[in-house]
Amino acid sequence: MSSKVLRGLVYAGATITALILVGLVAFILVKGVPYLTPSLFAWEYTSENVSLMPALISTFLMAALALLLAVPTGIASAIYLVEYASETSRFVRLVRVTTETLQGIPSIIYGLFGLLFFTTLLGWGMSLLSGAFTLAVMVLPVIMRTTEEALLAVPRSYREGGFALGAGRVRTVFRCVLPSAAPGILGGALLALGRCVGEVAALLFTAGTVAQVPDFASQGVFALFDSCRTLAEHMYVLASEGLHVGEAYATAVVLLVVVMLLNVGTNAAVGRLNGRTKGDA
Amino acid sequence: MLEAVARTRDALMGAGGVEEALRGLRAERGQESASKMSVIGLDLHYGSFHVLKDVSLDFPERQVTALIGPSGCGKSTLLKTLDRMNDLVPDCRVEGLVTLDGQNAYEDIPVNSLRRRVGMVFQQPNPFPMSIYDNVAFGPRTHGVQDRAQLDGIVEQSLRDAAMWDEVKDRLRKSALGLSGGQQQRLCIARALAVKPEVLLLDESTSALDPISTAKIEELVGELKRSYTVIMVTHNMLQALRVSDKTAFFLLGEMVEAGPTEDIFTEPVDPRTADYVAGRFG
Repeated sequence: MSSKVLRGLVYAGATITALILVGLVAFILVKGVPYLTPSLFAWEYTSENVSLMPALISTFLMAALALLLAVPTGIASAIYLVEYASETSRFVRLVRVTTETLQGIPSIIYGLFGLLFFTTLLGWGMSLLSGAFTLAVMVLPVIMRTTEEALLAVPRSYREGGFALGAGRVRTVFRCVLPSAAPGILGGALLALGRCVGEVAALLFTAGTVAQVPDFASQGVFALFDSCRTLAEHMYVLASEGLHVGEAYATAVVLLVVVMLLNVGTNAAVGRLNGRTKGDA
Repeated sequence: MLEAVARTRDALMGAGGVEEALRGLRAERGQESASKMSVIGLDLHYGSFHVLKDVSLDFPERQVTALIGPSGCGKSTLLKTLDRMNDLVPDCRVEGLVTLDGQNAYEDIPVNSLRRRVGMVFQQPNPFPMSIYDNVAFGPRTHGVQDRAQLDGIVEQSLRDAAMWDEVKDRLRKSALGLSGGQQQRLCIARALAVKPEVLLLDESTSALDPISTAKIEELVGELKRSYTVIMVTHNMLQALRVSDKTAFFLLGEMVEAGPTEDIFTEPVDPRTADYVAGRFG
C-alpha cells in the first residue's frame, strides 16, 4: 500500500517538473516566435527597431572573455589544491571554505564589487572588460569546485602508475590524471558559461547597457573599455521599459536556443573525450 | 644477525661506505650470490605505527624473491620502500638502508631514476585511460624517447615479453580499458618492462585475477627472471612455492625467516614459519 503511495508521489513529482519545463518553454515560444522577424537581427540597434544582434555578439564576447580569464585560473587552482597542496594544510581548508561560500553569494554582490573595484577603483568604467572580470570572479569558484571534484574522482592508481614509471608530478598530473578528469572539468566550464550567458544583475553595474558591439575594428584593444549589453541584459531592459515586451520574449527564445546549442555542443565534446579515453571506439 | 646489522651501521658511518658495509654483511652470512637490492636495518613508521621492525633482507639478482605473511604484516610496505612509493604516503618515516647495486637508493639515486630502474606492478591492474600503445609508450616517452620507430620497437618488444603481443597487435590504438582484467595486468607488466627496469616489483599482482590469468602471469614471471630481478608479494603460498627461488616470511612487521623457498616450505627453522606455511594461521 505505502509503496503504491510512494510511487504515486514520485510519478506526480516527475510529471509536475516536466509540465513546468514544457509549459515554460511553450509559453516563451508562443509569446516570442511571432516577433522573431528579420529586422530583429539587423546589425544596428535603433530605438524604433530594437535589434538583438549587437547584444547577441556582445554576449559571445563577454562570455568568451570571462571564461578565458576564469577557466585557466580555476583549473590551475584546483590542480594545486588537489595534486600539490597537503590535504591537511590550513590554507587549503581556507580556500575550500571560501570557494564554497562564494558560490552561494547573490550575483548582485559581485556586481557591486565589480562596480567599486574594476569600474571605479581601476577606472575601467562601465565596459566589456569590467563586466568580463566581474563574471570571471563570479564563476571562478564554480570552475574550481567542479574541477576539484573531477580530479578527486580520478583513481589514485593512475597517479601511482605514473609515479611508478618514474614520471614526475607534472607529467603524471597532465598525462595520467587530467585526461580522465577532462569531461568533468568541461562540465564545470559549461555550468560557468551558462551563468555568464544568463547573468544580468552583475553586468548592469559593470558592463552597462549600451546596445552596441564594442568597436574593435576602429579602436583596437581599446574597444574593451566600451560599454555593451548581453542578451540577458537586453531582455531585462526591453521588459522593464515596457515598450517592446514582444521583442523581449523573442530575445528569450534566442537565448534559449543559444543555451541549448551550447549544451548540445558541450555534450558532444564530452562524449568524444569519453570515447577517446574509456570506450574502445 | 642483529650484531651484523649494528656493525653494518657502524661501517656506514665510517669511511668505507655502502659497498664495504654490504661486503661485510655478506661475509658475515656466508653469502656468495650477488644481491641486486638489499635492505639493511629498515624501520618504517606510518605516523606512530611501527610497520616494519629492523628488517634486513637481500634480493638476489635474476631470481624471484617472494614475500609472504598474513595481512598487515608489512610485506607490501617493504615492497613500496624499494621504489620509494612510500614517499607518497604522508607521515611515512623510513630509517635504515635500501640499496640498489650497492648504491643508497634514498640518497645516491634520484627518485625518478630509481623508479625507472625498479618497476612496479600493482595489486589492481591500473592501465591509464589511453590506448594500449600509449600505455606502453608512456614510460619511454617520460624518459625522453621520442623517435617513432624506436618507440614502435620498444612497444612491440615489451608486449612480446609480457606474452600478449599476438593478442593485441591488431588493436594497439584501442583503449586499454577495453581489455579483460588479466590482459590489463599483463599490459601493466609490459608497461613496466618498457622502461627497461632492472628490478620488477609485483604487489599481489594476481590476487584480482582469475586462475587462468594467474597461471599466465606466473609462467611469465618464470620467463622474466632470466633478465630481471623479481620481488613479489603474495598471499598465495602455493604461488610462492611454484614461482619463487627465495622466500621471506613476515609477521607483525618483523621478518621471521628468509631462505631458499624449498627450505622455508619443507624445513622452516622458526615454529611460526612452520605454522604459517602449514596453513595453521593467516
